[in-house]
Amino acid sequence: MADALVWLVALPLAGALATLLLPRAATAVALATGLATGTAAAALLYGVATQGPLHYAIGGWTAGLGIALRADGLSALLVTMTALVVLAASVYSSAYFGDGSQRARFWPLWMLLWTALNALLLSGDLFNLYVTLELLGLSAVALAALGTTTAAVQAALRYLLVGLLGSMLFLAGVSLIYTGYGTLDMATLAAVVEPGPVVWPALALMTAGLLLKTALFPLHFWLPPAHASAPAPVSAVLSALVVKAAFYLVLRLWVDVFADAVTAAAAALLGVLGAAAVLWGSWRALRAARLKLLAAYSTVAQLGYLFMFFPLLHALPPGPARDLAVGGLVILALTHGFAKAGLFLAIGVIQQRSGHDTIGELDGTAQRLPATTFAIALAGVALIGLPPSGAFLGKWQLLAASFATGQWWWIVVTAIGSLLAAAYTFRVLGRAFGHRPYPNQPVTVAREEWPALLLGAAAAVLLGLAGAPVWKLLEASA
Amino acid sequence: MLTAQWLYGLTGCVVVALGLRAALLHPSLLQRIVAINVMGSGVFLVLIAVAYRGPGVAPDPVPHALVLTGIVVAVSATALALALVRRLRAERNDG
Repeated sequence: MADALVWLVALPLAGALATLLLPRAATAVALATGLATGTAAAALLYGVATQGPLHYAIGGWTAGLGIALRADGLSALLVTMTALVVLAASVYSSAYFGDGSQRARFWPLWMLLWTALNALLLSGDLFNLYVTLELLGLSAVALAALGTTTAAVQAALRYLLVGLLGSMLFLAGVSLIYTGYGTLDMATLAAVVEPGPVVWPALALMTAGLLLKTALFPLHFWLPPAHASAPAPVSAVLSALVVKAAFYLVLRLWVDVFADAVTAAAAALLGVLGAAAVLWGSWRALRAARLKLLAAYSTVAQLGYLFMFFPLLHALPPGPARDLAVGGLVILALTHGFAKAGLFLAIGVIQQRSGHDTIGELDGTAQRLPATTFAIALAGVALIGLPPSGAFLGKWQLLAASFATGQWWWIVVTAIGSLLAAAYTFRVLGRAFGHRPYPNQPVTVAREEWPALLLGAAAAVLLGLAGAPVWKLLEASA
Repeated sequence: MLTAQWLYGLTGCVVVALGLRAALLHPSLLQRIVAINVMGSGVFLVLIAVAYRGPGVAPDPVPHALVLTGIVVAVSATALALALVRRLRAERNDG
């Protein structure tokens, strides 16, 4: 089963090279390697569920010199979500890009992005994390620059500079860690780290870099233009997966590797920034004139919820209550991944069919594209956090942990954020149901509409009704 | 000569700070790209200072490997940034 770790990185990388060499057959090659990578992700999930955390030392080189790949419950879940979202978005892209010249440029970068995501989620070493962060950032920027407008290039360039700055801060922190401890292996570090003048500046630098990349308020300024001007499938993975990868690293560093060095004040700072992100992001989403901007600001808000878990996790003593809260955090992140990817794909369908994504002119969308409108509604259910979505379970744990630790103010923020989410979802749906004649069949463009529908359904129904395995798998992390 | 090691390490930190300041404050895109490269050089200087283990002793190879990888990454990132700047200039001139 540990072989799956290597396949998850090697297969999409081979796919990237193959699609570069065979531009005519790129779509078929990408979908085939995508299915194989998805199978490897399923094997990894099964392996972690049955055997616990998996390790693989590439080429037999042990940690310290070689590249160590690791997977526990958290990374296996995120790798699986990545596979499902990328596969769905790949099917969508096969129709979106048609046969134009953009298609030949799209597929190699797309597979490279997947390679970087998997390598990042499976890496067990801080320096490899830096390399995968850069790989992820570069392929994400190149994909965002596929947008045809000048605004898209401008946004991509800003995205690149912010990403580079973030990586440099991260690397500066990594070099401080090596100065202090002489190792970059995360498992070794977790055992020797102690609070003090070496760890704090290093963790602060690494976290600052990652917060830039994960667009936590007030460092979110680059996200809305970059995510709103990229092609639809690219926006979907940028919002659902790429910012989530940087968030995964913050979580890994704060809750796992450097858990002993984190102070209550630092955790509270992340929580406050998260709360500000929820309020500001939801408000801007409500005021957005375009669907894609709405979705992008909603990403800023949804990431805020994830950061509100940090002060709660710090206050809860290790035990079942804390495990429940960690599970809630992860299921919220997974749900947002599916929901936001589905939402962006659905917006892409609307944009291509009606030539715009202005919310004020959506009248009749529900009649022309019923399945797509339904997908937006499903994603909205997950963004608001209504039952039976996974987000409901996640927010429930957020509230439960707030009660348990006496930090009631997070409850107020969650309530306001959810109300605002309901408002911006219904604003879109209300517009979409403006009267127009109804077509004969609900699904009109199958290959483009089904991916959004399935992702929305996964977010709104699947994770909520079948959420228990998430907690079970996370036990395999400890 | 531990003082030399400190001198290099602290110089690296100062270079990082200067690069960071310029990357945040300069309005010109090209200057920002250069500033981020300066910042990278500062980090590499720190890593090379860390690798020093005293006279006559072979330096620690791991930070050297990190610097080499870091340089490759920095060059590719700079290339992409410059390509985007050129495309932006071209589109502005057309429009």
